[in-house]
Amino acid sequence: MLTFPQMGNLERLLGDILERLEVEYMPPPKTTAKTLALGTKHAPEFSCLPLKINIGNFIEALDAGADTLLMAGGKGPCRFGYYAEIEDRILKDAGYDFEMVTVEPPSMGFTRFVGPIKRVSGKSTRQIWKILRASFPKCRGFDFLEKKALETRCFELNIGDTTKALKKAMDILSEAKKPEEIKEAIDAGLNVIDSVSCDKDRLVLKVGFVGEFYILLEPFVNFDVEEWLGNRGVMVDRSVYITDWIGPSAKNPVAGTSDDELAEIAKPYLGHSVGGEGLPSIAHTMLYAREGFDGVIHMFPFTCMPDTIAKAILGKVGKDLDIPILHFTIDEQTGKAGVATRLEAFLDLLAGRRRALVN
Amino acid sequence: MKIGYPQALLYYKYFPLWETFFNKLGAEIILSGQTSKKILNMGAVEAENELCLPVKVFYGHLLSLVDKVDSVFIPRIVSVEKNAFTCPKFMGLPDMARAVGHQVPRIIDPVIDLRQGWKQYLDTIVGLGKELSPSRVKILSAYRAGVKSLHEYKEKTVAGVTPIDIIDNREVDDSGADIKIGLAGHPYNIYDKYTSMNLIKRMREMGVAVTTGEMIEDRVIEREAATLPKDLFWTYEREVVGTISHWSRRSSVDGIIYILAFPCGPDSLVQALLEHEMRKEKSTVPMMSLVIDEHSAEAGFLTRIEAFVDMVRRKKRLSRQKVG
Repeated sequence: MLTFPQMGNLERLLGDILERLEVEYMPPPKTTAKTLALGTKHAPEFSCLPLKINIGNFIEALDAGADTLLMAGGKGPCRFGYYAEIEDRILKDAGYDFEMVTVEPPSMGFTRFVGPIKRVSGKSTRQIWKILRASFPKCRGFDFLEKKALETRCFELNIGDTTKALKKAMDILSEAKKPEEIKEAIDAGLNVIDSVSCDKDRLVLKVGFVGEFYILLEPFVNFDVEEWLGNRGVMVDRSVYITDWIGPSAKNPVAGTSDDELAEIAKPYLGHSVGGEGLPSIAHTMLYAREGFDGVIHMFPFTCMPDTIAKAILGKVGKDLDIPILHFTIDEQTGKAGVATRLEAFLDLLAGRRRALVN
Repeated sequence: MKIGYPQALLYYKYFPLWETFFNKLGAEIILSGQTSKKILNMGAVEAENELCLPVKVFYGHLLSLVDKVDSVFIPRIVSVEKNAFTCPKFMGLPDMARAVGHQVPRIIDPVIDLRQGWKQYLDTIVGLGKELSPSRVKILSAYRAGVKSLHEYKEKTVAGVTPIDIIDNREVDDSGADIKIGLAGHPYNIYDKYTSMNLIKRMREMGVAVTTGEMIEDRVIEREAATLPKDLFWTYEREVVGTISHWSRRSSVDGIIYILAFPCGPDSLVQALLEHEMRKEKSTVPMMSLVIDEHSAEAGFLTRIEAFVDMVRRKKRLSRQKVG
């Protein structure tokens, strides 16, 4: 029985791929405070939060009967590339019996990418390739639905309508299998979100959301900040989406700016990639400033190398381009009330700036 | 031209190369000096709170050079071998330095990225030398002299002299020591006398012979590190793994002290990795990991070192009695 870490919508995306591969799987229970406590207990003290939660997810899934763990690999320099190796050792030391299946990025050699998938599914490279190609538009569809919801929520008349509509839209898409069904389901989903009753004339603050991938995508660790802001009439633009990250090209169609463009934009402040989202965090902040956003929220795990570098540089970016940036360093100690208080103060500041601008 | 060279981070690995190179080209190298309380405080105040101790120390060295030099040498060291990286902090270091609020001098930041191959690397060196000399021949000969200095330095360390003793020009006689302890960790952690609380000197005063990873030949470290099922993609952490594995597998030291800086990203995983591997291999060499940060208190630190040294000493005495 195969399982994988929880992260935002990953369950829907991987679920589709695994069903097509005819692999038996069970997602881990949703991440809770208990998951985090389990992970914190077993993970190295100053490892980053995603590792701790991965370990918690795996323990809960193993206890529920899983025996095969699916993880992505990587070639650095971010720690994520070595997660699977460390998780394998920590969980074996803790007495669990399982097989770790690590899918490395194709850039490390095609067999290290496709080999593990072949092993768990018994499918041929050709079949796997066909399945991935068939599933990818659907995965991308989930990202477009999420993006649409972010653009809609801040205008909704009844708080909670967009969130309900998004869930309904995703459920519709989850059922789709064939290419034409997927296309129809995405359109139908977008329509469902579009039909939320809105006050489009409402004046909304616009906030960009940058930072580390996992923190941005997993509502449990970012305290569902997108919904929190949307409910207060703030439009959120998120800079990373799952399929931009796992997609075969670096064009990032969901977020809208390619990796090459991001590198070019960041150049005056950061002349080289530093792994993870270090460079994108800086480039997207610059883009948000240029596009007239009211502010930027930067979130990342405590001890995260790439985004700590970004934070050290973003102070200057914010000053030079005159855009307020609120940083959140997330670890197992971060509390919801503290995050909410800081966000409220930040929104007050942004509203004050907007008023000053209008006058 | 006065070029400032912060005596922090990778200084301890490469200084003979760059000092010789710039000197041969007629530049005057101004060192920031060894870390002091003032330097650490300046760095800790300026740097982002979440940055690691060695980078905070680096900020302090950088600030201490302001107003004293025309430019500061901060190479962007991305990769020093094929298929591996350094820590991300080294890749962003020149940009972090530029984002410092004070009047930082011009930064000389050649990109050292050996994944791109040697030709690209030589072009980088020539580009760097062009700051000081128009002659390609002269630049390359200065570089060769630098490499020669680096090799001599490596030969000295492999012969058993620690980098800090080379820097301080000190002769060490540890023939009276009864136990030998391997001191592992990044050179900027273990050779920085201030942040390591003078650990090497203190251990010697306790009658301990101190050996470090710089005393092991590169190919040995490489061979030991290569036994991991998945290659570690950080060169300097690979060296720590190779060093500790070498000592542990051969029992060539009586104990190992592994110094980590808070909150080092790669080391956080490497520590867990090493503890697992040593347990799996049933290593008989005791290892203690110690985390240092800017709030480390000397008394607590020394007590733990003393306790570890006592334990290692007792273990050795007991095993001798058994044999005898």
